[in-house]
Amino acid sequence: MSAPQKKRAAGREKKPALYLAEFNSAGEILHAAQKTHAAGYKNFDTHTPFPVHGMDDAMGLSDSKLGLIVFPIGLMGTIGAFSMMMWMNGYDYPIVIGGKPPTSIPSMIPIMFELTVLFSAFATVFGMFHLNQIPRHHHPIFTSDRFAGFSDDKFFLSIEAEDPKFDVEKTKTFIAGLHASHVELVFDDDKTVEEVSSGHAEAH
Amino acid sequence: MSSVNLPIKSIGETPLTAEGTTFRSITETVSRVTENPAPRGWWIAFLMASSFLGIMTMAIGYLFWMGVGVWGNNAPVYWAWDITNFVWWIGIGHAGTLISAVLFLFRQKWRTAINRFAEAMTIFAVICALVFPGIHVGRAWLAYYMFPLPNEMSIWPNFKSPLIWDIFAVSTYATVSTLFWFVGLIPDLATLRDRAKSPLRRKIYGALALGWRGSNRAWQNYERAYLILAALSTPLVLSVHSVVSFDFATSLIPGWHTTIFPPYFVAGAVFSGFAMVMTLMLVTRAVYGVRSIVMMKHLELMNKIMLTTGSLVGYAYGMEFFIAWYSGDQYEQWLFFHNRASLDGPFSWAYWIMISCNVLSPQVFWFKKMRTSIPVMFVVSILINIGMWFERFVIIVTSLHRDFLPSSWGYYKPTLIDIFTYLGTLGLFFTLFLLFIRWIPMVAISEVKGVLPEADPHHDAHASHDESHEDGHDEAVGTPAIVAAEAEE
Repeated sequence: MSAPQKKRAAGREKKPALYLAEFNSAGEILHAAQKTHAAGYKNFDTHTPFPVHGMDDAMGLSDSKLGLIVFPIGLMGTIGAFSMMMWMNGYDYPIVIGGKPPTSIPSMIPIMFELTVLFSAFATVFGMFHLNQIPRHHHPIFTSDRFAGFSDDKFFLSIEAEDPKFDVEKTKTFIAGLHASHVELVFDDDKTVEEVSSGHAEAH
Repeated sequence: MSSVNLPIKSIGETPLTAEGTTFRSITETVSRVTENPAPRGWWIAFLMASSFLGIMTMAIGYLFWMGVGVWGNNAPVYWAWDITNFVWWIGIGHAGTLISAVLFLFRQKWRTAINRFAEAMTIFAVICALVFPGIHVGRAWLAYYMFPLPNEMSIWPNFKSPLIWDIFAVSTYATVSTLFWFVGLIPDLATLRDRAKSPLRRKIYGALALGWRGSNRAWQNYERAYLILAALSTPLVLSVHSVVSFDFATSLIPGWHTTIFPPYFVAGAVFSGFAMVMTLMLVTRAVYGVRSIVMMKHLELMNKIMLTTGSLVGYAYGMEFFIAWYSGDQYEQWLFFHNRASLDGPFSWAYWIMISCNVLSPQVFWFKKMRTSIPVMFVVSILINIGMWFERFVIIVTSLHRDFLPSSWGYYKPTLIDIFTYLGTLGLFFTLFLLFIRWIPMVAISEVKGVLPEADPHHDAHASHDESHEDGHDEAVGTPAIVAAEAEE
């Protein structure tokens, strides 16, 4: 466990959870993410109504690991299907129908294919859930009422207090330079949201 | 350099959504259908659909009580409406995956307007299809023999049988389509959660949205998952109807024993699926006013796909005759030239309904005026649905009713229970469909937003490029990768 988490468990008083900056367009959030990455923040994220093109590079994210989960599980489907049919029809209870050999490999291809797809699909969906850590119904970010706009037409950038570079004052100054239309500091007590700045900060 | 989502005018591209569409207007248009009280028409349709569902339940209950003798199937026609309906429904279920997976891989962005709708339809059609293999086995309580489960006879399924392949293909298809559909729904369920006024609504949609926060770290894996699912579903959708066609093609019955069946079945499936999407889309679009998202352009593109697949199906019909003649096989020739096409054949009426609905009617789509006329496309889409049902009926019943032994030739007539069961599955389909329209966003909100010109991060920048160069200072702090990416453009 990292140091800030331990401290939070011990202390009773509310702690800042994250800064939340609101933007109005995909272009603004992309530039803000580039700057935040360049400033050396690690635990930051953007929240957008749809995946923004080029955001992975802007945030400096490495490629998704999902393929590494799907491939072995898909292969298990192929091998599992083959061994199931081989054992059931070939050894445990051989059935000869139409003079065909009990262990006829070509006739196994369709089911091997289907089970490969089935296993891979489960691995894809649940692997994605695992990598994204969903379902997760509780998160401090939901404390902000404005955050609901992320699923409509607003774009948010969050910098979490877990970040080693996070400092309530310094990060506030940094965020002020991002030209966000609204900035909030969200606390981890599920109640408190402190407005930092609002309005049309240096709109183009 | 222009935004990646802007239409290229020089090659005749037009925007994918109506003039003036914004992120907010998409959210509004789609979400309010689930938020406002249902219109009276919805209730009327729902009552009708659920009445038919009730009829289906009674027809199936009667079948279980009495046995399969209540159907018209009898020697030599052992497969009739049951399998016709099964194949028809499975075929209808192919458009959704084609639109969501194949068109996704080909980067056909117009698919976003109709994919949710078509995927939902796929799942409901597959549910209707699955009713038939379950009930046609005679003793439905022994249907688990089809699965590789240990049973009291300690015997396993015969994996060399295409019927068993079919079980695996169809159940995999149903599962994968449902997973794919749910993955696509997660961001939109979050939209409904965030708009919810009542606590109950917020709880239900909240639970289903899995705590989605639109985080880019999540979008990254989400998009990869979507891509993998599309890549898995593409061969899957081709395999499913191929395997269904193996049920026929691996037998020795003239009319079934043909190698053209797999591609022919797949083309027909896509054809009928698009027709069903079109029929329902035209009604829904008129009732719920989603015309700004589902535009004439989309309908026209769907008509082009129907023209293509309809002509492919027509080619396959012709090729069956050519092969019957070219093979010199007298049984095959008798079947095609006499039993099917000749007006003396007892089922030639069904054959010619099939030809006129499937091959002739979509030919009107060669003309732009017809492709863009709502009444024409509505009528043609219904004709195609009818024609594709007759295609399966022709394949199954005309091939069986006169087998190798003339003394056992017969004629097939459906019973009332056959008809009730079929109409009942239509009730099941429409009940599920109406519930979907009522409670789930019928257009993929986040995907449509993603294809708006404003969705491209460089949209603003390039719009203001001419006046000033104020975003120059931003590029200075950009990561090398981004600067490089921008330089490439």
